[in-house]
Formats: sequence, C-alpha cells, structure tokens
Amino acid sequence: MLSKCVVDCPELCLAYLTSFPSPSVWQDQAEQLFKSGHTNNWAVLVCTSRFWFNYRHVANTLSVYRSVKRLGIPDSHIVLMLADDMACNPRNPKPATVFSHKNMELNVYGDDVEVDYRSYEVTVENFLRVLTGRVPPSAPRSKRLLSDDRSNVLIYMTGHGGNGFLKFQDSEEITNVELADAFEQMWQKRRYHEMLFIIDTCQGASMYERFYSPNVMALASSQVGEDSLSHQPDLAIGVHLMDRYTFYVLEFLEEIHPASQANMNDLFQVCPKSLCVSTPGHRTDLFQRNPQNVLITDFFGSVRKVELTTETVSLKPDLSSMGYSHLKCHEDEELAEPLSYAAQLPVAQIIHQKPKPKEWHPPGGFILGLWALILMVFFKTYGIKHMKYVF
Amino acid sequence: MAMAAPLVLHLLLALLLGLGGQSRAEPERDSLREELVLTPLPSGDVSATFQFRTRWDSELQREGVSHYRLFPKVLGQLISKYSVQELHLSLTQGFWRTRFWGQPFLQAPAGAELWVWFQNSVADVDKSWKELSNILSGIFCASLNFIDSTNTVTPTASFKPLGLANGTNHHFLRYAVLPREVVCTENLTPWKKLLPCSSKAGLSVLLKAERLFHTSYHSQAVHIRPVCRDAHCVSVSWELRQTLTVVFDAYTTGQGKKDWSLFRMFSRTITEACPLASQSYVYVDISRNGQENESLEVSPPPTSTYQAVILGDRKTYAVYDLLNLATFSGSRSLNLQLKWRQLQDIGYIHYQPAQDRLRPHLLEMLIQLPANSVTKVSIQFERALLKWTEYTPDPNHGFYVSPSVLSALVPNLVGAKPANWEESPLFSTMFPTSDSSSYFVRLYTEPLLVNLPTPDFSMPYNVICLTCTVVAVCYGSFYNLLTRTFHLEEPKRSRLVRWLANIIRRIRGVPPV
Repeated sequence: MLSKCVVDCPELCLAYLTSFPSPSVWQDQAEQLFKSGHTNNWAVLVCTSRFWFNYRHVANTLSVYRSVKRLGIPDSHIVLMLADDMACNPRNPKPATVFSHKNMELNVYGDDVEVDYRSYEVTVENFLRVLTGRVPPSAPRSKRLLSDDRSNVLIYMTGHGGNGFLKFQDSEEITNVELADAFEQMWQKRRYHEMLFIIDTCQGASMYERFYSPNVMALASSQVGEDSLSHQPDLAIGVHLMDRYTFYVLEFLEEIHPASQANMNDLFQVCPKSLCVSTPGHRTDLFQRNPQNVLITDFFGSVRKVELTTETVSLKPDLSSMGYSHLKCHEDEELAEPLSYAAQLPVAQIIHQKPKPKEWHPPGGFILGLWALILMVFFKTYGIKHMKYVF
Repeated sequence: MAMAAPLVLHLLLALLLGLGGQSRAEPERDSLREELVLTPLPSGDVSATFQFRTRWDSELQREGVSHYRLFPKVLGQLISKYSVQELHLSLTQGFWRTRFWGQPFLQAPAGAELWVWFQNSVADVDKSWKELSNILSGIFCASLNFIDSTNTVTPTASFKPLGLANGTNHHFLRYAVLPREVVCTENLTPWKKLLPCSSKAGLSVLLKAERLFHTSYHSQAVHIRPVCRDAHCVSVSWELRQTLTVVFDAYTTGQGKKDWSLFRMFSRTITEACPLASQSYVYVDISRNGQENESLEVSPPPTSTYQAVILGDRKTYAVYDLLNLATFSGSRSLNLQLKWRQLQDIGYIHYQPAQDRLRPHLLEMLIQLPANSVTKVSIQFERALLKWTEYTPDPNHGFYVSPSVLSALVPNLVGAKPANWEESPLFSTMFPTSDSSSYFVRLYTEPLLVNLPTPDFSMPYNVICLTCTVVAVCYGSFYNLLTRTFHLEEPKRSRLVRWLANIIRRIRGVPPV
C-alpha cells in the first residue's frame, strides 16, 4: 500500500511518513497538485468599434492593456487590436493621449504602446486567424498568438453587440457560434491551457452561451436583454470616456500587484447592479478548478522565471584600444576600384532610355481556344478539302 | 631534429593563438552621430529635425554576422535575409507648407512611404518585396501589410539609389505609398527602440509622444544605404539614418509668442549626450538675424558657429557640442532659449470694437512700410441679419461701408525749401510741413458696397392672409358644424297673400295653406 502511495502521490506520502500533520496542511498540499500548471501568459485584447464617438471602447481596451503590462505580460505576448485611432485623431484635443478618468487623470495610452492590428486590419477574419493560428506565412511575429498547451490566455473584447453577435467596425459581425467554434479549434490544437474570456458589450452574456470547450471561464458586463452603459463623459474631450463595467474592473485591477493573492471570486463581485446598472454575468461550468483557487494574476499577470544566484559575473574589459591598421591593409588588397554614388537625375540617360522589350509569353488558353473554334467552324463549313491548302 | 620539431610546433601554436587573440580584440566597427537642428520659421513656428546616424563598417552579405552593437539587430537581419541594398521608410502626419515655412531638409508624403532597392542577386523581387513589407509592418506597428501589387510601382526614371550603387537596373526598385496610414505613439515607440541610447540618454530624451504629436507636421523616417567608408571609397559601410522632423505651431504650443525654448517645445531639457555617440550636436539656425527689424538671441551662448550653403541659401548656425562639458556649465541641463527682440518699435495700433447700434469699429495702425514691397491689410467680417425695421426701403441696393483713410509722410526725393504761406500759390499750402524732407498726403479707398441678406418683406402680409384664410375656412366650418342647430320655421305671410294663394290652390286641386 505504501509503495503504491509513493508512486502515485509522493508529496502526500512524505507528509504521511514524517509526522501526523493537521488536515489543513494536507489540504494545502492537495491544492498544490491542483494549482494552475501554466508556464506562460498571453493576452488578446480587441476593440471592434470605429469612429470618434466610440472613444470609450478604445479606452476600455487600453486600460486592460495597461493593467496586463503592469502586472508583467510583455508586449511580445500581447496581441492588441484597435479598430480606430483615437489618440492621434484630429478631433482629439490632447493628441497622443487616451484618458479613462474625467479631468484627464489617467492616460491609458502611455508612451510605450505597441498596437499589433490597427484600423482596417481589425476584421473578423484576422481575429479568428489570430486565435486559431492560421495566419499567412509572412505575418510578423508580433501579429501571431504563439501560445501552447501550457499557456493561459486572456481574451478581452469590447464594442457594440447584440443577442448572439458582436459588431466589427460597423460592417461585419462575429456570432457566438463562430466564437465557440474558434475556441474549440484552439482546444483541439492545444493552443491554451486555461482561458479567461471577458466581454464588455450590450447583451454580452449571449456571447459565452455557446462555449463548449473545457477550461474556459467567461465574464460579461450584461445579461441578455440588458444594455451595458457608459460611465462618464468628459466635457473637454466631448465623448464618454469608459464603459462602467471596465471602469470598475480597472479600478479593481489597479489594486492588484504581481504578488497579489486575489482570486476570481473577487472579480465576479466587481460592479454590482447598483454601480453598473446592468447585471454582470459569469460562466464557470467549463472550468475545472474552483474559481476561488484561481488567482487574478494567473490570467492578468505573467509567470516569471527568476533564478537567484550569489556568484559574481565579471565583464570583459573594453578592448577598443587596439589599432586596426593591419586589418585595413588586408582589406585594401581585395578591392582596388573606388565605388561611386549614382547620379540622382541623369537627364540624358533618362531621355534616351530604351523601353525594356516585353518578354514574349506564349498565347494563353483563351486565345488558343478562340483560334481553334474559328478554324473548326471554317473547315466544317467549307469542308475538309481546304486543309491541304493550309499545310 | 627531435628538439626542433616540438619547437616548431610551439611556434606554430603561439602564432595561431596570437592571430586568434588579435581577431578577438577587434575594435568596435560602428559609430553613432546624433544631431538636432532647430529652425525658426518665417511664420513664427519652429521646426526641430532630429537625425541619428549609425554607421557600421561591415559587409553584411559576405560575413555571417552575429554580433550587433549599435546597429539594431532586427534591421541587420532584415538586410541580409532579403538582400536589401537600400531601404527608405517614412511615416508622416501633416503636410510641409513650403509657402509659410520655407524649404524642408527632407520632405515626406503624408501617410507611409516605402521604397526599396534590392541587390542584383535577388531572383524574385516581388516576393521579397511582399515579405519585407509584412516584416516591417510588424516592426513598426504600421499597416504596411496592405502594400501589394495594387499600390506598388517600379519607377523608371526617379528614385535612383541614394547610396553606393553598382549600376541601376530599375527592375530591382519598388515603391509604394499608403496615404491613409495614421502615425501615432505606437509607431514612435519601436522607432525609438532602434536607437542605441533608446530614449534614456542624449537627444532622444526629448522624444516624448505627447509633445511630438501636438504639432502641425510630424515625420519620422528610417533610411538604410551603403556609403563610402572613407575618402578613398574602396570599401563599403552600412549607414542607418533615423530622422524625425516636427513643426511646433506658434499658437497651440507657443501661446502666440514667438519665443521658444527646449522646455516649451518638448517639456524637458537635455541633460547629457548619448554615451555611445561619437558626436552629438545641437544646431540653431540664426540666419534670419538682423532681417526685418528683428534679432534672434540664443541663450546659453553657443560653443561655435557654422556657416554653409544649404539648399541654395547661405545659412549660419549656432552650434552646441553636447560632448563638450562646457556646454552644460553650471546647470546640469541644457535648455536652449530663442528670443526675438524688436530692433525698432514697429508702430502703434488702436482698435475699438463696435457696439451694436451704438458705434462702429475703429482701427488705426501706424506702420512702417519696408522698401520695394507690397503690404496688404485686410479685415474679415461676417454679415448679420438686421431687425426688420432697420432696413431701408431699397435694401437690395446694399449697404455702404465707409472708405479707409491712409495718411502718409512720403520722403521727398527732391530737396525743397519750406514754403511761405502768404507768398506761395494756394495749391501748395494745403498741408503744413515742418521740414522739406517729406510731404504729407492723405488718401482714401473706395467705399465698399455690401449686399446684406435681405428678407422678403411681403411675407408678413402673405402669412396673415394665409393664416386668416385657413382659420376662417377650417375653424369656421368646424365651429358652424358643431354649434349650429336647425329648426323648421314656417314663413309668415300677410292675409291677402294667403287668401290669393288659397284660391289658386283650390283651382289646382291642392289642399289649402
């Protein structure tokens, strides 16, 4: 019995062997086994609305971006998609800023922001390609979601939505069925370990109704049939700055630091109906762990590999004092001819340019077919005896 | 012999080790120069041009390079992977107004512009072009991936290589512009990260997005090209130039004053040169000193001045060498200040705005006109609607604005004695003159006839007629229908008439009345 125990769960057995510990220690150690086993964090933050009056959606996304960066996820692990440019919009009275609190207290745009998909690139197709990993081969690294089966992925979406759909840039929609299928593709391809999906739109709960992949937890700002409302306008800028749900989420996240032990139940309590006017909802039935054991930093923060060392590392001294004349002699022998810069506007050369002879291409299928048809008709009409005059 | 062999072996080993040691002890082959040029523009704005040049004495194609120091690795790998000979990428917001600002050092079109010369060894230029634009879109967070065959051209006459070139076959050139591209902080951030000192030291500490985008013109560019390593020009170095040009508006940033300082422009000052830079200079254009009754004062005093012919004009620059510790004498930061001083009092202006229906506008100006020039004074006004009783019976004629008066003292070209009033003819003694060096003249302009928007005066009458008709017809009918009751009434006739009517009825056989 003991040998089997050792094979299956060595930690528990060790505890058993050493002493008779209290049940709480056993419980802690049992929880160690069920601790999140992720090794890296990714975030996909999407704002789907265009036009100046949807400033608040961009501010929503940027405030989540800011929190996520502050808690440790680097830019290389964040895919930020903003459908319109508010910071340098000609209507912005303070260029290069996006504010979340009125009286311009907090600039969520900051000085160190990298937007991966912007303006017209934010489409349903690109979003699904990012999620499923089916990006064109020439897509740069910053535009890819390179998650693996030990990644915790945070997906945040905001914009205008309805019952079962989310509107992208006022020209197309993504439905909850498509989204659920995309998540299932991610699960099949092992592109996430656990996923947290947050959506701040009207009737947001309809978007997570159809999820069927395991290890997905979802939060929404309003139930089906309810509208998510915006928070406060700023009279100098002239538009509403944030949505209520994300505003209170941001306030909650500002209290979190990378070593915080706050768990998901605290996040579910954010923005009760008295503050939000809509009823935020959440869905945890697909998630295997108890939300109480899930730390906020499991999704918003980043796993850091820290190695402590006490040995000293000596750096090499500066070796620039050596002259490099012998190296120069060596290279001089190779090229003897001096190079020159090109003339910027050689008029004589331009005027007397011969046009490049166009490459000859054999006639294409259409032309060949047309001629074949003409010849067939001719010989059908006038008889085959004319062929001998051709050849 | 047996002793000689190990000796030779030792010698060989020593030689090999010696050579190996030398190749390890290579000096750095890249250098950085940074400069900032401040140019006060004729319209009162000021333009700031940053240039960061990293020169790398290496031939990327021949050696397998893996050690990058100042030259950014991401661009070095790009050049070697896609066999790029020259690359020019610019992202611009705004338009350079040559009429108000003069000539720019390097202008760029609004939006994104990318043109690339590939090496002669590239087999499929279009494929490399597509992949290159995708990679650049990831590096600079711009939508350069929208560059495809629909917006790419191959110029045949212009866009010759700006660097060293071995023959110019335009087949290897591609050019594309995306005018819709927006430039914002997310494009500036990766551009700053390519700088050796990033935004931590040197001139790049001034690059703060909040100030740089609050400008009339913002253009950032990356230029990569091969250049001569020295005057003999037998070997090739790679040059990376990062330029950033901004124009600060006198009114939005300067609050209407023409005095500028680094702090007002960038909201910070320079504290040191970039430690990795071999040269670090700030140039201030003081060519306009002494013209138009204004003089430009630069403080703190410059280290030296530099004169050259730039773009066809002789220009003078005040030079500040940031690597020279004397520039930062005293304070640890350098806050350049440009102050304009009027050499002469330009004149006097008196303006009294109008009060409706009380008094008119009055504008009096004393101007000194420069020689051989045309001075235009114009006033903008808007037309308003008067009260209907204030219109004249013929409002379509227009309203008159009184003519302007010009009183001038014109210098006399011919010397003359002051006239004695009693002895001279009447036509020469209209205006009293104190001396004979100038004569007084008063001129008038034409009156201005302004067509004010005229209402249709017949409309009140029309409205009353129509309203009354409608009221009478509609309301009156309804009133009648609702309140009128009908009774049957017999007409009362006199006895005689009734007797006559009865007789006639009896004759007819009809019952009597």
